[in-house]
This record gives sequence, C-alpha cells and structure tokens, in this order.
Amino acid sequence: MHMTGSREIRADRETVWAALLSAEVLKASVPGCKELEGDAEEGFQASVTQKVGPVKATFKGTVTISDMQHLESLHLAGEGKGGAAGFAKGGADVTLEPTEDGTRLSYEVEAKVGGKLAQLGSRVIDGFAKKMADQFFERFQEAIEGPADPEEAEAAEGTGGKKGWFKRLVKGEAGA
Amino acid sequence: MPKDHGIGAASKRREDVRFLTGTGNYTDDINLPRQLYVHFLRSDVAHGEIRHIDTGAAEAMPGVKRVFTGKDFEGVGGLPCGWQVTDRHGQPMQEPAHPVIAQGKVRYVGEILAAVVADSRERARDAAEAIEFDIAELPAVVDMKAALAPDAPKVHDDLDGNLCYDWGFVEENRETVDAAIREAAHVTTLELVNNRLVANPMEPRVAVGDYSRADDQSTLYTTSQNPHVIRLLMGAFVLGIPEHKLRVVAPDVGGGFGSKIFHYAEEAFCTFAARQLGRPVKWTSTRSEAFMSDAHGRDHVTKIELALDADNNFTALRTETHANMGAYLSTFAPSVPTWLHGTLMAGNYKTPNIYVNVKAVFTNTVPVDAYRGAGRPEATFQLERVIDKAARELGVDPIALRRQNFVTEFPYATPVAVEYDTGDYNATMDKLEEIADIKGFAARRKESEARGKLRGLGVNAYIEACGIAPSNLVGQLGARAGLYDAATVRVNATGSISVMVGAHSHGQGHETAFPQVISEMLGIGEDQVEIVHGDTSKIPFGMGTYGSRSLAVCGSAMVRATEKVVAKAKKIAAHLLEAAEADIELRDGKFTVAGTDKEVAWGDVTLAAYVPHNYPLEDVEPGLEETAFYDPANFTYPAGAYACEVEVDPETGKVTIERFAAADDFGNVINPMIVDGQVHGGLAQGIGQALLENCAYDENGQLVSASYMDYAMPRADDVPFYTVDHSCQTPCTHNPLGVKGCGEAGAIGSPPTIVNAVIDALHSGGHKVDHIDMPLTPSRVWAAMQG
Repeated sequence: MHMTGSREIRADRETVWAALLSAEVLKASVPGCKELEGDAEEGFQASVTQKVGPVKATFKGTVTISDMQHLESLHLAGEGKGGAAGFAKGGADVTLEPTEDGTRLSYEVEAKVGGKLAQLGSRVIDGFAKKMADQFFERFQEAIEGPADPEEAEAAEGTGGKKGWFKRLVKGEAGA
Repeated sequence: MPKDHGIGAASKRREDVRFLTGTGNYTDDINLPRQLYVHFLRSDVAHGEIRHIDTGAAEAMPGVKRVFTGKDFEGVGGLPCGWQVTDRHGQPMQEPAHPVIAQGKVRYVGEILAAVVADSRERARDAAEAIEFDIAELPAVVDMKAALAPDAPKVHDDLDGNLCYDWGFVEENRETVDAAIREAAHVTTLELVNNRLVANPMEPRVAVGDYSRADDQSTLYTTSQNPHVIRLLMGAFVLGIPEHKLRVVAPDVGGGFGSKIFHYAEEAFCTFAARQLGRPVKWTSTRSEAFMSDAHGRDHVTKIELALDADNNFTALRTETHANMGAYLSTFAPSVPTWLHGTLMAGNYKTPNIYVNVKAVFTNTVPVDAYRGAGRPEATFQLERVIDKAARELGVDPIALRRQNFVTEFPYATPVAVEYDTGDYNATMDKLEEIADIKGFAARRKESEARGKLRGLGVNAYIEACGIAPSNLVGQLGARAGLYDAATVRVNATGSISVMVGAHSHGQGHETAFPQVISEMLGIGEDQVEIVHGDTSKIPFGMGTYGSRSLAVCGSAMVRATEKVVAKAKKIAAHLLEAAEADIELRDGKFTVAGTDKEVAWGDVTLAAYVPHNYPLEDVEPGLEETAFYDPANFTYPAGAYACEVEVDPETGKVTIERFAAADDFGNVINPMIVDGQVHGGLAQGIGQALLENCAYDENGQLVSASYMDYAMPRADDVPFYTVDHSCQTPCTHNPLGVKGCGEAGAIGSPPTIVNAVIDALHSGGHKVDHIDMPLTPSRVWAAMQG
C-alpha cells in the first residue's frame, strides 16, 4: 500500500528537523505508542498498541532513521511484530521545504502487513493505514505548533501561548 | 405408489436424528484421559529462510510439555504425494520434499514453524507467543505465469524452477489438433480463470493422537473421508508404523468436499507427539487456521479454442491451462488438473480432435488439491463457456448448437482416453427444457425489463467421470494406490445385519441408503441393517469417499458380499427344507422351494448358521459373514443439463438467481430424497463459486481472504428454490446397481450455467461483454458493463 501527503507546519525547518529526530516527539506522534526508547543514531525501540478491524495487539518493533540529508530529507523505517496478530512493516520518505509561513513536510509512505492482520483486516487495512499516517502527522504538527483546535488553543494560552510543547521546549520557553 | 422401503424409496436419513439433536460424535467430541493440546505456530510470511528458532522461553511457560520444531522431524518421513504425473516428454513431475514441520525455509503463510504441546489449549497458545524466531523474508511468487519466468524466485531451491510438470494430452494428437484448428471455418477463443476456493466444511479439521505403551498401538482420531488411506500414507510413508500397530478412526465428520481426503501434517504430528510424550495429543483447527492449512481448490487459468466447420460441427478443441499446486504437492494434487480434467474435455460432444496442455506450477501459497468435482468443474466451465461464446458469435441457438454436437451413440470412445458406457444427453436436455420452462423465458424477460432489470438465460450440459476407478488403469496413469473398495456383510444370529464398509459418510447419507440396497436384496426391513464405517479396526480395507464413488464402488462391493451371503444362506435353507439348492428362492425375507409352499424365514436360516444343530456341517461352515472387494471396470459417467435465469441490476451490477433447474442422469437412484439433497448442496457450492467465493492473495503472498468477512460463502438468500429432476436414467452398464454417482454434479454443472446467464443478460441490455471471471461480484459485473 502506498500513500502520499504533505502538511504545512508553522515552524522553521530546524525545528521540524529536530522534532523528527526526537524520541519524545515520535512517542507522542505515533498513535497508540506505549513506549519508545533510543535515539536517531542507533534507532528506536517501540511498543505500540493498536486495533485493526477485529485484531487488537501490541506490536514490538524498531524504528530506524536513514538517508539523512540535514534539514532536507530522511527515511523512516518501522517494523513491528504483534505475535499471533502478525506483523506490520512500513517506510516513509520525508522531505522538508521552507515556505513563507514555515515548513512544508511531504511524505511518501509504503506499508505492508502480514499474518492475521492481513487475513482478517485486509478490507480495513488501507483505511487504517491512511488514518495512522494522518494521525501521525497531525500529532506531529500539534507537538510543534500546539493544538489546532481553537478552544484547546485558548485553554493553552495561559500556559505559554499557542505554541506546541516541543517548540516551547526547543525555544527555551518551557515554564516561562 | 412410491416405494416405502428398498431401492427407490425416499427413506428418511436415520443419521439426521443424531446430527439434529446434538448427539453426533465428532472428532472434537473425543477427549481422552491425560490429553494434551497442541498449538501450531504458523509462518506469517509467504517465503523465508528460517535463521533461528529459540523455544527455550516457551518451554519454560506453565503447563508446556514440549515444543517441537523441524529439527524433531529430521529423519521422519515427509508427507507423500499419491499420484505421479508424467510430463509431455516422458519425464516424471518434479516432486519436492514436504516436511511435517518446516525445515530451513517456510514456503507459504500458514506453514507450520513449531508446535507447542501443553496441558491446555490456552497455555499452548500463550507459549507459542514466547517462541523467538528470525525468518529472513524472501521474495514470494504468487502469480503462476510470473512463477515460470526465468528469473522468478524459486519455491524449492533444489528443484529446477517452479514448473511441476508440463503435461500434454494426448501428446501424439497435438499436431493433428493444430492442423484442424488452422483449417476450421470458425474458431472461438476464450481466456478464463477458474477461481481459487476454500472448501470450508462446517466442521474444521481435528486430530487426536493416542499411544498405548502396553501394546505399542497408535491410534489417530481424525476428520477424514478415508481412514484407510490415512493409515497407509501416515504409517508407511511418514511415521514408519506398521499397519497392525496403527488404527485410524474417522467418526462423524461434518462435511469434507474433498478437503478431508488428504493426509495432513497436523494428524501426523499428533500421532508422532503422542508416541513421544506417552500421552494423547489433540489439535482442533480454528476457522482462521482452516483457511490457511486446508488444501485449497481449483485455481486454473486457461486459454481454450474451439474449432467448428461451416455447418457448426465441432472439429477440434485445444486448451492451455496453468494449474496452481501451491507450495507443496498435496496428496492427490497432480491428478486433478490432468487425469480428472483432461479426460473430461470432450464433454457431452463428439469433437474428434482434442489436445489439452497443463502446466502445473509451484507458488508460495497453500497447497491446492481436489475440491468437490476436482478437475471436472474446471473442464466443464471452459467447455460450456466457449460453446456459449461460439453460439453467440455464430448467431445460433446455444441449445441447438449443443444438441447438434451431442454424442448419441454408446459406448463412445472419446479422443481423450475414456469410454462413455451409456447416456442420453438429448433426453436430459428435453427434460431440462420442460422443467425450466425455457419457452416461458421471453415473457419473464419482458417482465424483468419492465422493472428495469436485465434478465438472462444460461444453459449448459455436463458430463463427469465418477466411481474412481479401475485400479489397473489408474496405476498406468500414475496413481500410487488401488481404487477398489470393500464391504463385509455380517449377518447376526437373529437375522439383523452389520455392514462394514470402506466408504466413509460425512454428509452423503450412507447409513440410510446402503441399508436400502440390502433390504431390497434380502426382503428384510431397512432397520435390520446397520452400516459401520470410519474405523480401520472395524472395517475392511476400503479407499474411502470422494469422486462420487461410494455407492458405485463400495456399494457394489456390498452387493457382491450380499450375493455371497445369499448363496451360502440358500445352501443352509436347502438343507433345512430338504430341497435342492438350485430350487431355493429368496423373496420378501423368506426362502421358498420353487413351485411349492415350503418356506423358511430369513431369521431361521441365520439362526441355524450360528446354532448349527441341524446343519450341513460337512458342506458349509457355520456363521454367515462375507467380504467382497470390488474394482470397477470403468468410470461411471453421470451427465445432465442445467438452466439458470438471472436478473442483473444495471445500476449496481448485482446478480440474483431467479430460477435454477437441473436435469441429471445419475443412472439408477437408490434414495431420491438424498439425491435431491446432494444436488441442492452441489448447486449451492457452484453458486458460491460463480457469484461469491474467492480466495485471494496479495502480491507478497499474504492470504487476504481468510475469514468470513472477506470470503463470501453462499447464504440462504443467495440461492433460489431449485427444480431438480433425475428421472432420465440410463443405468451404468458395468456395476451391479447401475448407479453413477450424484455428489459432485451440482458443483460441476452450475458455474458455467450462471456465467452464461449473466453474459446473456448483459447482451440483452446492449453490453457486448464476452466474459467475466468468477466470482461475478457486483463490482466486476458493473465494471464490465461500463466497458
């Protein structure tokens, strides 16, 4: 299965690039991520719980980052084994381009599933993968920019304006 | 007055009492003291190298007795293939090793990687999750033609490519056929797919292995259509257990449709592990496992060419088929696309020149083997589709074109090596035109059109070869077994009878129909006869039930054994009546002396056999029990004509079957109600194949239709009320009952009938569609209508 998409992120490329390499951002962005350890150099170990159609499982696996072109592009590869539920594998080519308001993040995702996930979930797997990718980049964007929802944004105002927690962190605004 | 007992009576199925009241005894109902449970860890990749398996953590889990891997089966035999096909060039097929548990590589999703034996099903399953393994995934081949490309990944590294065999039939006729096609006035060509199916019997497979150290006896309880075949294959080829130390029991079995003929890894495993562990080992397949471990069916891709002369006589037929074997050769897999398919390509027609080419291909998919009809549905589908297309191209009536080319004189030797002993294809077509009310179709079409629906009529004629088979013939064709059957008729002292038969009943109603034959022969009540089947320790060596053979082959053995019983009983009666043996007649359960009123009842003769006080001991042994083996002289050739009317919704492409009529010639019929039921079931499966069912793999070899959410089985509202008739009867000329077999006809004759009807409906709406591959789902039909 193949998906492509792009998002405008209101932050500069350095911020977005740093976020891509951050274990904490990844953990917050991967839907259902329970644990994520490691770093961009050595790879991350992750544990993700997800329900795909009728199959609910915890996938343990690795995420590695390769082909890093500083501030421009990288390749994210993930592989998770869900025991009796089967496995999921995927890769994303991510590119960053500066725009007037910030950074355009474009992605091309390849994903495949096997075992029970394929056997029972094939009808829903395309929609599921699209939802996972959408959620991932949505949450990634939120981590940088702050919540897209205006009410949440208002509620957040008292504690540091509209900026996302990651942006606050990297800009040294945390707790300000 | 219809008969109320004996041959021809619609006796109610006695086995249904237990099936319908929950008192059947299926393999899963068998639970032995100290029983353990096995859970199989199965490959979730289609092709890969096993780099490492660590069972340590799993073996330390609570309740786990042992974890087996491929290593434990080194030195144990592989699963044997029961049929060797010789290719066009006189070479034997390529035959890969088929291990019980994967060794070195996995070759399809579902292949057994390890087996966890524990004291409960749940604990075995939990422990399987703790097995650590590393499989390096390799590129998989799924598409047959891609698998034959020179650079395709090899399913078996030690074989020469993925081609199992390239079979030509009849090879000597190839050039003659090519010439006839070149010279023909008209040639109709069609490329089609016979879709891969999963048998889906209601009862999934189950195996319980047991071992008794006291007498070194192994017992396997298994969901099988042929316990003696399993005993032979597993004992002699896999585990090396001599037959007198091995008992195979197939108790009540909830449907087989072919998928329970074969010897499977799981049953060999349970028998093996029970010996290793000294405790019974049980496996019950889940439905998910059934999808990826029961042999699949069909999966042929064919190009067929039909040549006709200027008068529309068929002059030649040429086919080129790719047949999927899956990753390994299942028990009878090589025979299905060859001897069970090529020999039927003449159909009901006197086409003089026929050449059939079949390339059997290994792919990274579940092994494929016989499924209801096995080869014959594939033959019928091609032939009846191409004839329909030819009729359309030539602008002639499809029924008339068929009738013009029907074989009408019997016996008829086809150009594809079989001899039809008898038949009357015009009679079944006449009957079909009557019961299907073909004349009324035009009015029904108008009525449908008034409602905005397209209505189509499809007809077909089919023939099949059943009652497999003369052993000397199939031996020449590569069968590694004989295909006779056997029965023992044991008359008890008070006259009741136990008949031990080699055939196995898993839905066919043998327990009802077989006693009807004995009742007719002896003139005693059907309730005096009990059929015993499914246990190698009780029954004679019979080859089991498949290919609509039970009555034609095993029933004939039963007749022969009963004739021996009658001959002996007449000697006893002659003694009791003080008459000459030649003068004794048996009628209505009484022995009489011809031309006198002297008589002795059946029960008095049987009692004398077991209490031989007044008995000709010098001439006749006591007791009354006879066994016969029967090896048929030929196949039987059931045939018939089917008609289907469909409505197609032009907005959505949805097909509904409005009418279905089947006129079959099964020869003599023992129980018309059971025959109706067999035809109904076959039709439902054929409708499933034509409209709903499809076993699908993705390009990586992942099975993506492995549950009832994605694999559509026919349901009650998918099938119409059927009109079936089997009053056209040309009795088989070479078996004593004159029967031909009825188990597969419905599944053979219905798919082309339905597709023909849909194509007819689309043409009536102006859509010039030549063909749509099954299943004819709304999306496929709609897409075809859009051009």
